[in-house]
Amino acid sequence: MGFLSYLISGLGLGSVYAIIALGYTMVYGIAKMLNFAHGDVIMIGAYVSFFALNSFGLSLPVTILLAVTVCTALGIVIEKLAYKPLRQASSLAVLITAIGVSYFLQNGAQLLWSSSTKVFPSVFGNGSITIGSLSVSILTIITIMTCIVVMVALTLFINKTKTGRAMRACSEDKGASTLMGINVNSIISITFAIGSGLAAIASLLLCAAYPSVFPTLGSMPGIKAFTAAVFGGIGSIPGAFLGGLLLGIIEIFAKAYISTQLSDAIVFAVLIVVLLIKPTGLLGAKQNEKV
Amino acid sequence: MSDSKLIVLDVKDLGIDFGGLTAVNDFCLQIYEKEIVGLIGPNGAGKTTVFNMLTKVYQPSRGQIFFCGEDTAKKTVVDMNKAGIARTFQNIRLFSKLSVLDNVMTGFHNSITYSPVSAVLRLPSFRAQEREFTKKAMELLSIFGLEDQAGQMAANLPYGAQRRLEIARAMATNPKLLLLDEPAAGMNPQETEELMDMIRLVRDHFGIAILLIEHDMKLVMGICERITVLNYGMLLAEGTPDEIQNNPAVVKAYLGE
Repeated sequence: MGFLSYLISGLGLGSVYAIIALGYTMVYGIAKMLNFAHGDVIMIGAYVSFFALNSFGLSLPVTILLAVTVCTALGIVIEKLAYKPLRQASSLAVLITAIGVSYFLQNGAQLLWSSSTKVFPSVFGNGSITIGSLSVSILTIITIMTCIVVMVALTLFINKTKTGRAMRACSEDKGASTLMGINVNSIISITFAIGSGLAAIASLLLCAAYPSVFPTLGSMPGIKAFTAAVFGGIGSIPGAFLGGLLLGIIEIFAKAYISTQLSDAIVFAVLIVVLLIKPTGLLGAKQNEKV
Repeated sequence: MSDSKLIVLDVKDLGIDFGGLTAVNDFCLQIYEKEIVGLIGPNGAGKTTVFNMLTKVYQPSRGQIFFCGEDTAKKTVVDMNKAGIARTFQNIRLFSKLSVLDNVMTGFHNSITYSPVSAVLRLPSFRAQEREFTKKAMELLSIFGLEDQAGQMAANLPYGAQRRLEIARAMATNPKLLLLDEPAAGMNPQETEELMDMIRLVRDHFGIAILLIEHDMKLVMGICERITVLNYGMLLAEGTPDEIQNNPAVVKAYLGE
């Protein structure tokens, strides 16, 4: 009995990781950079939702819309101001800039809203569905459903639309894409917009499960989701999905059967083992270096 | 020559420096509508550099490029493609992980006008345009004999078919001038023969001008109406295939003294 309910909570947690991991993997796939500020976009999304629900008393749909809009805009602005000027710079410079943006957002939040933890209101209630001896919370079901919807929609978007095609083309060869008339800058912008919009959705699911809002809230989920993206094969969308779910399940199982304190260590140990065996991640494409 | 014909490309005194090195200097070229022009010269003469300037991959240091009468000084790579210059590459640069059909569809990027929002909501405008351009892409593929491979990954095509797909993808951007960078490279005589027919067919079917870089003299002399010879980044000669073949300076540049 315990096993099945742990598995389902693992899938719930993993779904959140998967949604965040999509942001990392898409940006990496197209802009070839690691956006370490992605976790902090989640944090901004959490604060926006908190204020929308708590201070302005907005309804949940309006709150979601507002959080997604703010995070999408933030993603576009971060890319324009911080990363676009470094398009030709070394990847190390971009990486350090991303870390800088991350600290900027964290400290900005601390300055604006103080470092004290705010309690996120209950949005999806505490209800649960009981099937036989198994009890699953409504929130877990909503989280898993959201993740499935996001995955299906994104896969269709990437595979079946002109923007998706352009994104795949840019991910392979930006020069050739430009020569086909594709504006690479706007494709990168759209990629950041989508990733950040998904971060907003993740922030709501995350805060519904762990209802505390603080300036470094995005760090740990961000790192975990990045791990999930690498685990599944960074650059691959199904990889982010698979990596996220597996990471969530491993984390919950580690907490349940081994040790709560060691669960994070176990998660990262699994990542190290996977990367030793398959350096490109579970679904990552094998890169043949031209010599 | 061709005074009655419309001029498509007019290049005046084009030059580019890389650091202290002058790669191309005082390069001039006129291309008229529906013309096939060859750009030849020994290795390292600057032929691909000229292509890169015409497409604005490199910003020229000097000179002017007029395309369809318009000065292109301020245009970007994307602008040049929108204006009507498309190209292929010496070392094939297909989107190898995309399907053959999707490679051509990327060429339609600016012709397809539905917004990302209508794509997400799968509105009728999205569906209708996707259907319309998929049909157009299939028509293009059938011109290049690739319709049966539409669903395959581009990387899995044989070499000759990849070269043809590059031309099909370039044609999808609806160019007025097509730049072919060594289209026959790596082809056997049989394939080269077929390629020559195809280049003529593209010109006649789409009514466009073609500028091609090529080392295969049989191809160049066979299909080009005019030839421009580049040597050490400078214009060496210009004329009909007959004039070029009998030009002592050209013979000297190719064979040495």
